[in-house]
Amino acid sequence: MSEPLLGEPVECRARHEPILRPGNTNCGGCGMSIGLNMLSRAVGNTPIQIVIPACCGIVTPGHFPYSAYGAPVVASTFASAAAVATGLAHVARLNGAETRVICWAGDGGTYDIGMATLSAAAERNEDILYICYDNEIYGNTGGQRSSATPLGAVTTTTPRGKSLVKKDILSIMAAHRIPYAASISLAHPEDTLRKMRRGLETSGFSFLHILSPCPTGWKSEPADGIELVRMAVSAGLFPIYEINGGGEVTINVEPDFSQETLGAYFRLQGRFGKAPIDIDLVRDSIRESWDRLLRLTPQGRL
Amino acid sequence: MTIELLSANHAAAMAATLAGRANRTGRGFGGGVYPITPQTECIELLCRQEFEKGHIVRVESEHSAMAVCMGFSLAGARSFTASSSNGLAYMTENVFAAGFYRLPIVMMAVNRTLGPPWNIWVDHGDTLLLRDAGWMQFYCEDNQEVLDTVLLAYRLAEDHRILLPALVCQDAFVLSHTMMQTDVPALEEVERFLPTLDLPHRLTDQAVTLGGLDFPHETEVHRKQHAEAMAAVPAVYAECQAAFEEVFGRRPADPLVTYRMEDAEIALLSMGTTASTVRQAVDEARKRGLRVGASRLRMFRPFPERELRALLADCARIAVFDRDISLGHGGILWSESRGAAPPGSLVQGYMLGLGGGDIRPAHITSLLGDLCARSTAAEPEIVEVGQ
Repeated sequence: MSEPLLGEPVECRARHEPILRPGNTNCGGCGMSIGLNMLSRAVGNTPIQIVIPACCGIVTPGHFPYSAYGAPVVASTFASAAAVATGLAHVARLNGAETRVICWAGDGGTYDIGMATLSAAAERNEDILYICYDNEIYGNTGGQRSSATPLGAVTTTTPRGKSLVKKDILSIMAAHRIPYAASISLAHPEDTLRKMRRGLETSGFSFLHILSPCPTGWKSEPADGIELVRMAVSAGLFPIYEINGGGEVTINVEPDFSQETLGAYFRLQGRFGKAPIDIDLVRDSIRESWDRLLRLTPQGRL
Repeated sequence: MTIELLSANHAAAMAATLAGRANRTGRGFGGGVYPITPQTECIELLCRQEFEKGHIVRVESEHSAMAVCMGFSLAGARSFTASSSNGLAYMTENVFAAGFYRLPIVMMAVNRTLGPPWNIWVDHGDTLLLRDAGWMQFYCEDNQEVLDTVLLAYRLAEDHRILLPALVCQDAFVLSHTMMQTDVPALEEVERFLPTLDLPHRLTDQAVTLGGLDFPHETEVHRKQHAEAMAAVPAVYAECQAAFEEVFGRRPADPLVTYRMEDAEIALLSMGTTASTVRQAVDEARKRGLRVGASRLRMFRPFPERELRALLADCARIAVFDRDISLGHGGILWSESRGAAPPGSLVQGYMLGLGGGDIRPAHITSLLGDLCARSTAAEPEIVEVGQ
């Protein structure tokens, strides 16, 4: 599998304070922690305001009046992150402030309950960077299926494994023809930083999609998180690409579609161990999603 | 100021526009808006206005409309929206959120029957659904009152002793689509009346988390502070009335509006435009020698319990006219007013005009006869007024 080209040295602009400070309540191995630390590096000292809907991310900072977030954060109701951010972003612009407004939401708040709000904010091309940390489960309520849960995964509400495929959120967002949309692999930090910076610098609506390991929900070892992301990317389960202006697709990491990697990905997670997985169905689903994706690239192939 | 022929929808939009423009020296103005009958004309007019430092966001639902208002307000800007009926029901989660965040948002609500089946006419059940959301609530009787109350509500809501959102209610079609001569103040006057909004807890560059986790004791403290702010409303309201009168030359009505109550032994309580009809029935009964008076609860939250108790102290018979029903209990105004009635008095609840039927003076006169003929109060009664 090919790693992203490392042509440009990555410059780290130290933020005066990390976005995620010590004292936060995240589980060990939480992908959100890694994502927030990467965001911290990407943001540098650009003034930001973060909107977080009801999800693990708003439990992260601990209880009032303390805050483990090193940035101004406001909690929105579950479905409302992109709408609250809309108001904040307008007031920043009306007052000539350089504040970048960021939504940090899980898959439930993005794919499901927040979908209408998100779609409307994208259609209006609001000046917001929306980041979905997708752990493929309702983690905060103890692990129920969402429309981001992949085929075959056992959750508390799909005890025999999910029989439906994961919703293709990036295609949905790209269909809004927003200026920038990309998926992010935390196993590829340079690509992650580049995309986060691109999102921060883009005027109008940007959408970033992070596969976020959840040892609690995935029934996996906390130390395996990054390796699991690398496997998902390599096996073709989680395509890493970007879309500019809703049009041309650029694949950033080429998978090798290794069956061995796919098998290992399933074996390392308890959520896939409890019900037999129809591996042919998974393979078909990967092939189908890549066929569709490749048709949107200039070459039409990898 | 100029006299214009305006519907109450347009009166509210004009007031919001003026209040919004008046905050251009502050952090600006904006809100999310979404149409629903019979409120739509209000947000349509708002969307036609130019703002030097403001922006109206056309959103996809009432739930997001209030969320956008929260974003504007959290960032320190003045904010406004309007809704009605099922729109308010859909918005409810964020109405509570705006209340708990102590954001001085002003919302105009056109009272309309909740469905299904669909009914676009007046009923107060939609905004009374929100009575526990931590907002101030005002119910108006004419278009001038709607315009004045929106302005008054901003001054009250943004006062640092209060910092609560306000709901300004008016009756569907009876006011929303009825044109009346309305005094529209000049921007300079509104600027004199409304100081620039300074929200002490607005989101800045400081690392704080607003709305994270509360443990039980923090919630107890937050609710207590919220309740104290509500308790401070009557005194600050009186100050705002005086300030309003000084600038605009007319005095907004008291939280409890009374009519011929001076020597009354019988009191008739109501809200909104029902009160106009009740006044006619009072005049007619007075001619027959009945010592009857009326009171309109203009402010429902905070509930003017003490004022109502003093007002009813000498009344032996009290009728409460509700244009709403809490199914399984009775009228909401009846249920909340009962505690303010003197011991031994007879309090009878009537729910009439549910779903917007035309309440006429003859209905009130007939119910006054029913009240006087009773020896004890019965269960609250639904009175059919027909179309």
